[in-house]
Amino acid sequence: MAVGLDKVKPENIKEEKHLVVEGMDISGHWNRMFEQRVIWDYDVEQLEKVAALPGGESLNWCYGCGKCTTVCPVDIVGDYSPRKIHRKTQMGIDLFNSPDLWLCTTCMNCLRVCPKEVNMIQIMPAVREQAVLEGTTVPPELQKAFEDTAKHGNPLGQPQRKRADWVKKAGAPAPIIKDLKRPVDILWYVGSYPSYHPRGIDAACAAARIFNALGIDFGILGIEEKDDGDSQRLAGEKGLFEMLAEQNIATFGKYEFNRMVVTGPHEFNAFKNEYPKYGADFKVLHYTRFLVEHLDKLKPLLKKPINLKVTFHDPCYLGRHNGEYDAPRELLRAIPGIELVEMGRCRENGYCCGGGGGGMWLDSFTKEHTTMRLSERRVREAVEYGADVLAVCCPFEVSRFEDAAKSTGNDKLMVRDILELLDESMRG
Amino acid sequence: MNIIVPIKQVPNLTDELEINGEGNNLDHEALQYVLNEFDEHALEEAVLTKESASGTVTVVGVDTTGELDGALHTALAKGADKAAKITGDFPRGTDSHTQARLLAEAIKDMSPDIVLTGVQAADDRDGQIGPMIAAHLGMPYVGVVTGVTVSGGKAVLHKEYAGGVMAEFEVSLPMVVGVQAAHQPPRYAPVSKIRQIAKTAKIDEIAGGEAAGAGSTVRRMFKPESAGHAEMWEGSPEEVAEKIAGLIRDKGLLRG
Repeated sequence: MAVGLDKVKPENIKEEKHLVVEGMDISGHWNRMFEQRVIWDYDVEQLEKVAALPGGESLNWCYGCGKCTTVCPVDIVGDYSPRKIHRKTQMGIDLFNSPDLWLCTTCMNCLRVCPKEVNMIQIMPAVREQAVLEGTTVPPELQKAFEDTAKHGNPLGQPQRKRADWVKKAGAPAPIIKDLKRPVDILWYVGSYPSYHPRGIDAACAAARIFNALGIDFGILGIEEKDDGDSQRLAGEKGLFEMLAEQNIATFGKYEFNRMVVTGPHEFNAFKNEYPKYGADFKVLHYTRFLVEHLDKLKPLLKKPINLKVTFHDPCYLGRHNGEYDAPRELLRAIPGIELVEMGRCRENGYCCGGGGGGMWLDSFTKEHTTMRLSERRVREAVEYGADVLAVCCPFEVSRFEDAAKSTGNDKLMVRDILELLDESMRG
Repeated sequence: MNIIVPIKQVPNLTDELEINGEGNNLDHEALQYVLNEFDEHALEEAVLTKESASGTVTVVGVDTTGELDGALHTALAKGADKAAKITGDFPRGTDSHTQARLLAEAIKDMSPDIVLTGVQAADDRDGQIGPMIAAHLGMPYVGVVTGVTVSGGKAVLHKEYAGGVMAEFEVSLPMVVGVQAAHQPPRYAPVSKIRQIAKTAKIDEIAGGEAAGAGSTVRRMFKPESAGHAEMWEGSPEEVAEKIAGLIRDKGLLRG
């Protein structure tokens, strides 16, 4: 039986036992019709439970147009969209205990098209926070990421004291601001994945070499740096986010710098939009915009042509969340030899890698509830457009897409951070 | 049923350990402290016991860091009902003899039915706190326990021995248990919940008595020194055994 059919009152079901229309026998359930019903025929308790939460109100505003369903990246590989969430909740399904609660990557494509401004970026964290407090339905892999972040200051569970170990591999200095004992122009917040993840480190090393080649006066925080916590917040652990925000803001406050540059869009979002609510007051740039500022100086350094067809994946938290679509493309165009091709889903309608909003730590869980990983769908799209290289500028994405390229049999597709491409061209 | 969980904080081993100027101890002030991992298991087992057999879980520790409140709030967030800290002039690295005596004095007044503590801790590794608390309280002690079931004034304990041998004990309460591992991995307390609790929780303060004096003294503490090289011996077990015996003789490690 279709979901919710049992909730239709019997007196509202019209059905002729024997009916022939224009020679067609449509007896019985073939001619079944339902009386129109009013909203109060449903038990709206579940919907009210969500709408009562601070941040959950807007779920009630949905009028079921379904525009979100057409753009939701999860619906493309599964059966999930904000409109469906609204409908299910309206029909009495408990979102707090549904797998649906953990599928949203907070990519924001729904909010972009929603005429009613139903804001899943607020609804999902609000409901998840309650689930996290109850502790009953949190997928174990996500819980482990929370635990590792709380214990070690990074979701990978790596030791805090090894946070700056990647510098040894850079082949270029990345001075620790504490040791410099002087103000710097740029405080570079490296981030957890570029500090620890084997493939993330490649981007950090490339950035160190590029900053040195450009003569940037910069410093890093080294072992004092902790995860920004924004994705943990969106996954429902607001307390963990607040703790990290307080610690990071205190650390930032110890040093003098003109501006901060971050490697990742999630950190960019955190420091630009969330940390100010906790007292942070500094200017932050994603590395793509920062390097575009230095393009005149950077261009002559890009000597080696990279004769490949490159397509670019817009990170949700750089593009849709913060409106930056051009800087990454300007950098790619500056590299000699590169032919930039756009995928169908790009810019404002860019697809999602699946790593946002806690998705980075829900891989097995999401896999169980979708037909394929979002990253696998995206990699296939890149191949459909004939790309040799899938270029990214979010530290979550290199490993996600590289794994997806392997698991879909598209090993030939190279996944590179823009930093790595710039570095490769620069090194000749 | 009164379930008591004595806890202690130990240096965070994910940090670089520093030796103090005298070279006989850790530089405690330079270290970060975290809850002893075995105590986390003791707490988990206590909360599981409470959930299956009902009762109240009280967590108690000597505040050697000035930061014990955080560990106590976390314990409350995980399901403990009450928290108490023993205060006084007890610096970081306070020896286990002193901690055991202070804890036993505090626990005596809590009319315990069962005391669950970590079997050992990463700082001194002597595993003595549990047995010493039991001795002070005049209660039986079983250590290296991997499962506790309480019913009808008795506890059934699973104890692990070397070589994969398991034993089951039935012990009359009250008693002290040294927990090696809980039935299930220690639960995660969301920081959101810990922060909520920190705003309202009441932590009982107990004035600590005299220090007991350490059972052993450390003459010298130093980082592992890397030197020399490894020599790989090949041959039959008999030949290799002969070489090992020869080496022990040559190094003067044999008495008589």
